[in-house]
Amino acid sequence: MIEFRKDLFRDERDDNLNEIGKPTQRQDMVGHVTGRSPFYDDHAFEGLLHLRCLRSPHHHARLRSIEVRDAERSPGVHRVILAKDVPHNLNTLLSLMGFGLDDEPLISGGKVSYKGEPVAAVVAESERAAYDAIAKIRVSWEVLPHVLDVEDALKPGAVTVNDTYPGNTFTYHDKYDHQKLRFGDVEAAFRQADRVIEGRYQMSPIEQAPTETCGAIAAQENNGRFVCYTSTQALFFSLGTAAKLLNVPSNRLHFIGGTVGGGFGGKVDSLHEPMAILGCMLTGRPVKYMFDRAEEMQVGAPRGAERWYLKDAVGRDGRILGRQLTGYFDAGAYTRLSSYAIHKSTGHLPGPYTIPNVKSDVYCVFTNRTPSTAMRGFGITGVDFAIESHMDVVAHEIGMNPIEFRILNAYRDGDMKAHRRVAKNTALIECCQVVSEKANWPIRDDFRRMASSEGGGVGEAGRVPNYTATDQNGLVDTRNRGIKRRPGDPERPFSMPGTIPPRAEPARQPTPAPTYAGGGPLPGFAPTPGTGVRSEPRPSYAPSTTYSPQPVAPAASVASTQPTPASSAPPTPNRTGPNRFSSSVSGLRRR
Amino acid sequence: MARTPIEFRHNGRDQAIFVEEGSNLLDVLRRGVGDFAPKYGCGQGTCGCCTVLVDGEPHLSCLTLAETVAGRSIETTSGLGKGVELHPLQQAFMDNFAAQCGYCTPGMLMAAKSLLDHNPSPSRQEVVEAIAGNICRCTGYEPIIAAVLDASSRMSGRRSA
Amino acid sequence: MPVSVKTYAGVEEAARALSASRSARFFGGGTLVMRALNEGTQAFDTVIRVTDPALRQVKPEGDRLTIGAGVTMAAVLANRDLAFLHPVARSIGGPAVRTMATIGGNLFAACPYGDFTVALLALDGAVTIAGGGRALNLDDFLKVRDREPRVIVTSVTITRPRDAQAFRFHKVSRIKPKGISVLSIAAHLPQSGGRVNNARVAYGAMGPTPLRVTGVERALEGRSLDASGIAPALAAATERLDPPTDALASSWYRREVAPVHLRRLLLNQAG
Repeated sequence: MIEFRKDLFRDERDDNLNEIGKPTQRQDMVGHVTGRSPFYDDHAFEGLLHLRCLRSPHHHARLRSIEVRDAERSPGVHRVILAKDVPHNLNTLLSLMGFGLDDEPLISGGKVSYKGEPVAAVVAESERAAYDAIAKIRVSWEVLPHVLDVEDALKPGAVTVNDTYPGNTFTYHDKYDHQKLRFGDVEAAFRQADRVIEGRYQMSPIEQAPTETCGAIAAQENNGRFVCYTSTQALFFSLGTAAKLLNVPSNRLHFIGGTVGGGFGGKVDSLHEPMAILGCMLTGRPVKYMFDRAEEMQVGAPRGAERWYLKDAVGRDGRILGRQLTGYFDAGAYTRLSSYAIHKSTGHLPGPYTIPNVKSDVYCVFTNRTPSTAMRGFGITGVDFAIESHMDVVAHEIGMNPIEFRILNAYRDGDMKAHRRVAKNTALIECCQVVSEKANWPIRDDFRRMASSEGGGVGEAGRVPNYTATDQNGLVDTRNRGIKRRPGDPERPFSMPGTIPPRAEPARQPTPAPTYAGGGPLPGFAPTPGTGVRSEPRPSYAPSTTYSPQPVAPAASVASTQPTPASSAPPTPNRTGPNRFSSSVSGLRRR
Repeated sequence: MARTPIEFRHNGRDQAIFVEEGSNLLDVLRRGVGDFAPKYGCGQGTCGCCTVLVDGEPHLSCLTLAETVAGRSIETTSGLGKGVELHPLQQAFMDNFAAQCGYCTPGMLMAAKSLLDHNPSPSRQEVVEAIAGNICRCTGYEPIIAAVLDASSRMSGRRSA
Repeated sequence: MPVSVKTYAGVEEAARALSASRSARFFGGGTLVMRALNEGTQAFDTVIRVTDPALRQVKPEGDRLTIGAGVTMAAVLANRDLAFLHPVARSIGGPAVRTMATIGGNLFAACPYGDFTVALLALDGAVTIAGGGRALNLDDFLKVRDREPRVIVTSVTITRPRDAQAFRFHKVSRIKPKGISVLSIAAHLPQSGGRVNNARVAYGAMGPTPLRVTGVERALEGRSLDASGIAPALAAATERLDPPTDALASSWYRREVAPVHLRRLLLNQAG
């Protein structure tokens, strides 16, 4: 049941809506009810082969050796794929946007950092044949100590989870082991406060659990390209990732998707497409790589766990004078999208409230858990849970009606937010008023009469504070800044070179064209099995300009008042005026 | 691989096909017959996406040993409509917006058809129980329940007419 | 190994084939064996089936009932003689699972599955095994079942409760109407003169197999089913039990809530 509250923001909105409020049929509905919507697995291929992975049974272990001979001889097996067969076996998803260091192999060859990490793939005539062959692979593991808790992972002496980030934290702005937000001076606020109230909140990982498990089918087209039917939610993202991992120009890849059997964020990690295409390249046959349900639940990347510590300075009148937040995002073993989740979460702080002093440190922590990724509002959901729980706790502690407490502190149009943008189109007060009605939880008349559009931007509430306390805490030393690795580099987790190459785009030295890029037959077309790319010298990776995205300056979505690193947006030290941005989208409601 | 010939009726048409021993009906329908309407969701009987009717009774095709359907009649969502005419259940699912991603829909439809075949005028609770073995992860259960009840009244209207 | 399927007309023949092969499993309704095959099990590669309709019969014998191992949950629901078991059968899976799952297969379902077996335990179930001669007590059978998966159960014989109130079943799950058990409880509580006489109480999902709680049974003996009468039984509700921790509930949680649900069941307040 949708109720349109046309009484709210009446003067600011055009209610002559053409679509909203009226039923509109989905364009794919007939396909859905007739069972003919083309999900990725709903395509027939003559000679389809099935790919399955051998996965680590350990949270953290080194591969001493892997013996695949029996698997290769197992009935119905076409190919066993190992780390050395992946053309560019190191990637990080957001490298397509120039954000973060390559830290994750498609197939691990040195060590595994989470339970379920793939160390070999079998391509076989049937799923059963693939299962049987997987059971015949013998791995000698050296089990390593593991760490599963974010704060344990930051303790001195903790094991290194991810060799690219020896300190177990993602490096922000090439400088800090966490993402900072500084606005005013929280320590001064704590000194002035009537009450200081602390809380600790955490959220477990959540599996998206789509009914259609993640997967892809790749097949050769007869025009030198590979077609890939995929469940991805991010088609071009997956295409770019596959092109990079396989070291082929993206115009050799023809991706078809768009019909997704439930994604909820869990189908962006682009693990299946490159694997299926690689299987196809190496066998010359169409290949399907699909998670079974157990893999979807154990290996499929969930929404990551989060832990938050909140500390509020509260005045006698119930106003929040300062809020300090420390957040730990559990990225699992590899970055995936967690680094970005923290950008989002920091941009969201301190929640929809006008608080004159805010300080937050948010850490993207590597642990030996399943890598985490996107899921519906990731980066926001966990911290909102923490903030709103804490709002209730504080209201209870100071004896205030929790809805009135929110309205009192709610941001209003014109207020300066901690990330130095002026709040507009705010509506928290009206939401609170409607909640009070619907939940039959009465509020005082003066709170009922307040409005988001009134009283904002007055005095200090409308300005960046004159003084912001800054610090250099968490400045990473060279050891912990992150190790730029190339695929095939020997593992070197415990002894690091003293100097780190400057973090920049990989050198654009001229690259020898991949042997199969110049009009010769693609490896997958090789008539005899065993003459695929494996027998050819593997080109060392240097991104080809045909598909490598231009480096993008990291968005300064959360400006700190420290001088920002050179690679960032223009520095904004001690900015006092508001940042304004115009957006036709955000400008829709208020005209 | 050991292969066994079996014959069965599929949406009113006879099928004769070799199946790999031990393979499940879902694979045989999808990769053998080419009927992609039943879906794989779990392979363990918890999601219901692969629900088909065997001799009119709901079965999870992923847990059905292919050999056991020899000589029996299989119905899937592909066979629900008549030509361009949708089955009332399909029409009701459309009109009630009872699908989002659409992945559970073919199994949901067969679970609903089994209910209405046995019980043309179910209560809401009976509808809930009939689709209890089918997971809609987009959580669109309410429109699905409404659609089944809607189909039931459309079909009883058709019967009394 | 590629899978082979062997179909036999008679149980004895199938039982011989099953005992002759370490890598064979008996196929009941398919919900356990097909799942294992779908998940690539390496524990077996031969599936043995029996088509004998005798496995699907239900035979009343005085105050006992013999249910063929091949009787499905749907067949239980369609059988008026088994009306007291309808709530139990209805608690197993959704309709499609019930058309496939058999009571024989339920005896082999790993925790937290096997709720039907919990009811059979409370009804003094006895298991007949092909070529096995005398019937085996169900609780004894469950203690050895995981060591000997290569037998064919042909039927289970149970006590038919004399009055409808005497047999009670309650399944606790987080999702309704179809969820997996946090725990399940079945009790047969015959009374004479307002006193419990010869109680049998069984739990599901409170151990590796469904199990009888003899401490509770003893504590109910001669007592009335009211708050004070059941107090000793509640005190014994989780004695010597080590419930499992799984995705649905922790061992601690199961131990904490078991007495609550037992109380509701005994006072007829479960729902």
